[in-house]
Amino acid sequence: MSMSDNALWTEGLGKSFRLHLQGGLRIPVLENIDLAVRPGECVALSGPSGAGKSTLMRCLYGNYGAEQGRIWLRHGGEAVELTAADPRAVREIRRHTLGYVSQFLRVIPRVGALDIVAEPLIARGAAPDAARARARELLLRLNLPERLHHLPPATFSGGEQQRVNLARGFAPGYPILLLDEPTASLDAANRAVVIGLIAEARRAGTALIGIFHDAEVRDQVAGRLFEVLPIQDAA
Amino acid sequence: MSAPLLEASGLDLAFGAVRALDGVAIDIHPGEVVAIVGESGSGKSSLLRVLAGQMRPDAGTVLYRDPAGHAHPVHGMGEAALRRLMRTDWGFVHQNARDGLRMGVSTGGNVGERLMAIGARNYGGIRDEATEWLKRVEIDPSRIDHLPRTFSGGMQQRLQIARTLVTRPRLVFMDEPTGGLDVSVQARLLDLIRALVADLGIAVLLVTHDIAAARLLAHRILVMRRGQVVEHGLTDRVLDDPQHPYTQLLVASVLAA
Repeated sequence: MSMSDNALWTEGLGKSFRLHLQGGLRIPVLENIDLAVRPGECVALSGPSGAGKSTLMRCLYGNYGAEQGRIWLRHGGEAVELTAADPRAVREIRRHTLGYVSQFLRVIPRVGALDIVAEPLIARGAAPDAARARARELLLRLNLPERLHHLPPATFSGGEQQRVNLARGFAPGYPILLLDEPTASLDAANRAVVIGLIAEARRAGTALIGIFHDAEVRDQVAGRLFEVLPIQDAA
Repeated sequence: MSAPLLEASGLDLAFGAVRALDGVAIDIHPGEVVAIVGESGSGKSSLLRVLAGQMRPDAGTVLYRDPAGHAHPVHGMGEAALRRLMRTDWGFVHQNARDGLRMGVSTGGNVGERLMAIGARNYGGIRDEATEWLKRVEIDPSRIDHLPRTFSGGMQQRLQIARTLVTRPRLVFMDEPTGGLDVSVQARLLDLIRALVADLGIAVLLVTHDIAAARLLAHRILVMRRGQVVEHGLTDRVLDDPQHPYTQLLVASVLAA
């Protein structure tokens, strides 16, 4: 089978957690996951709560170590095995190829919203002024008023923090973008903005993988579903 | 890929029956921030001292690569060369600012002295650069002629950072740089270090028992216990998906704010 068309793909991915503080208890979460996503495609992970959808996302980002199988992605025109990449290579892949919008923003003390969004652009070599202009444009589009742009988001509401997180994830235009519940704490107007951002990213050739609990959003953005089943129920 | 700035392998060190270092290997590349975490007595401070040439290991080698790409054994270059290295290409930020500052020399003198050690001679230029660095570490430049002993602990630590970074070293060793400071002072210092290091592209080897500080600053983490590196990898991978029982204990012991 040719994998050359895919932006990201897995082969027999498996993950369990061994809890050494609980007497070495082993909790299997993922088994034999074969997922492939092409550029311009948005795949929604589906399945019951607790089936391991977020665990799969974190494995795809290299945040959790894969236990079995492999994760591949196209990075700079070449197929690279994420599961075999050393920490410096993973950082490089994240800088240029692989973005991740987590459910919660990890705030950095004293850094304002605008700079949080501009940071990944500057890390990829954008001029600071151009990066901040792009950050401002995205924050405004996500209805975050200008008076908040220079404030650290620690005191923002959940929805405001999520919009900062979304702006940070969409700003660089990563070839691969992972979205974990990107609309969970947003109102209808901002949900519509996110749906628009995803559609634009797809047209630009971004491969997206998302967890969307909101069925209405999922139906509008996802081209297909990938079902993640709890291990005991899997065939 | 660039060659590492510092490369160590097979490091052993014993204090009597206690193995402070037991077969430790580590490397650090240009611009990389690496944290060494572990509890007191895990060997992390011994490792920092051995890597910085302040302590000789019982076995193993530490190689330093100069800007021209030549590798030198840290424990074979002689004290004069090591002192020169500490003044130019390397820096050391001590836990106690008093160990890194000259308390009887003015604030501007503390920063300017490092510049003069690398050959700066123009008094006006040195004072201007010292003023600039005081601003960067958020010390009011009107304090330039004051003695550091009149400063708070947090200010002294920020001055030590200015003194260390003014010569733009390629590698800075930091030993618990926020230890002993109030929590609000720690946050300010950590953010300052994070911004300066990213801005200047400096490599940092950071010893800390503060997991939150390691998460904020470090690209990579090594977890030490009883003189051994029990786990290492990308910071968020090690902290979010810890594999070794000791790392799991360390991460589980952090209070979430």
